[in-house]
Amino acid sequence: MLLNKTWRRRDNLESGAEIIEHKQGFSSGPVIRAKDLVVIKQGKTILKVEDISVFPGEVLAIVGPNGAGKSTLLTILACLEFPTKGAVFFRGHQVTRKNVLSVRREMAVVFQEPLLLDGTVRENVRLGLSLRGLKDDAERRVDTWLERFGITHLSGQMAHTLSGGEAQRTALARALVLEPKVLFLDEPFASLDLMTKHGLLKEFRGILEDSGTTTVLVSHDFSEVRALATRVIVLSGGKIQAEGTPDEISVDVLPKLKESVRPNLTGGWKN
Amino acid sequence: MYVCPYARGLPTRVNTCNAATLSYRGGLVDLVYTGLIKAIRLIVARDPEILEITFLTLRVSGLATLISLAIGIPLGLYLAVAQFRFRKVVVGAVNTGMGLPPTVAGLWVSILLWRNGPLGSLGLMYTPTAMVIAQAVIASPIVTGFTMASVQQLNPKLRLQIMALGASPVQFWWLIIKECRFGLLAAVMAGLGSVISEVGASMAVGGNVRHYTRVLTTAIVMEISKGNFDVAIALSFILMALSYGITFILTVVQQSRRRL
Repeated sequence: MLLNKTWRRRDNLESGAEIIEHKQGFSSGPVIRAKDLVVIKQGKTILKVEDISVFPGEVLAIVGPNGAGKSTLLTILACLEFPTKGAVFFRGHQVTRKNVLSVRREMAVVFQEPLLLDGTVRENVRLGLSLRGLKDDAERRVDTWLERFGITHLSGQMAHTLSGGEAQRTALARALVLEPKVLFLDEPFASLDLMTKHGLLKEFRGILEDSGTTTVLVSHDFSEVRALATRVIVLSGGKIQAEGTPDEISVDVLPKLKESVRPNLTGGWKN
Repeated sequence: MYVCPYARGLPTRVNTCNAATLSYRGGLVDLVYTGLIKAIRLIVARDPEILEITFLTLRVSGLATLISLAIGIPLGLYLAVAQFRFRKVVVGAVNTGMGLPPTVAGLWVSILLWRNGPLGSLGLMYTPTAMVIAQAVIASPIVTGFTMASVQQLNPKLRLQIMALGASPVQFWWLIIKECRFGLLAAVMAGLGSVISEVGASMAVGGNVRHYTRVLTTAIVMEISKGNFDVAIALSFILMALSYGITFILTVVQQSRRRL
């Protein structure tokens, strides 16, 4: 497995605060680390991951076929659900039911569907700030992100009247206005048409490069992964099959993978 | 000649339309027309007994609806999202309760409140309080069922999204309630509609005691049994106007934020 070749770990398993040195550069501890994760739903083990870490500033892509457990892994890492077994650590501290809210408030998630709430675009983008009780500076931050995603003119429009692309831009602005320590993206471009997707992907790449936001991207589409990711994890059957840079994965790993879990390099997965 | 107690002071021509005179007066249209005129006159004349009955109807059904909302909304929200062992059994019971016949509810509340019953010492039988309890029993499953359905209608991922936005438990439930407020207002309307129109339970536990537990529905039934159809129709118009007025206000509230 590529994992062992590329990464060297010094574990402090008790606290989860490990030091990881990567050939390509990171020397600080992970923002998020999950250990010995097991997720069982309706008697079926759908996720079994021994160890996974997300490092500051990286864009980690989790790829795999349908039913691989990608979205489940994302909800666990984003602390939206607790695993059946195992633990998640945020900046070295274990996430518990007691501290989960404060941890969630350091993160933001964008799903495949925009999932906007009833209200205007501005109300939606401001929502996370309002929930955190942030009033000072909130309007300026909202304006900044409305502008960056080119939706300032939609500010007063009701969310349910937006097109798919506009709604997804709103969802991305709603997440980034929070200036999260970690941004989770669960196939956020999958429901968009090709033109909208390419345009938004290009803009979003620029935004991520500028902000340096640590990102976890779940995707079906390797072209998205190539455009955004700095590191890739291949997940299949609820287990990590391989890990590496997008180039390493596409050259070294994908040809060796079973056909059933191999991604289509120009689009979705063959499954 | 029978003189309707609610129509004191009205002209005799309007006050004597009973079963015996029905065929003589020219049939259904005339009867409905007479009833409508009588309803208007009773309201305009501010008949004290009619006002008393109407206010008691509002008080009993309003209070019962509030109690059913206090029980039904939290329970519906919980059942919509919670996973526990006997959830299907509980949901099935709620769904069955949505069709609970008012007479059956009245019977069981009577058994509880009867002099020798478990709550007999409270002396609530044949009081407005007993009617509130019985009506709350009828409305609670309806409010619970509507609430549950309206929450389940939301995209399941919306719950995750709200959590991901950093909502505390209180903020989470507030946003969920806001998102399904159309369904919740429908729950309020259905709950109120079910109790304001029921007669079986009110009759069973209230007894239709004049100046004490008589409400519009029990008065209508009494007038029908006496053959005073015009009075019954007049009361029915008042009941329908009341029901429509409340529902209209709730509908305005429900649709107020639906901007395009």
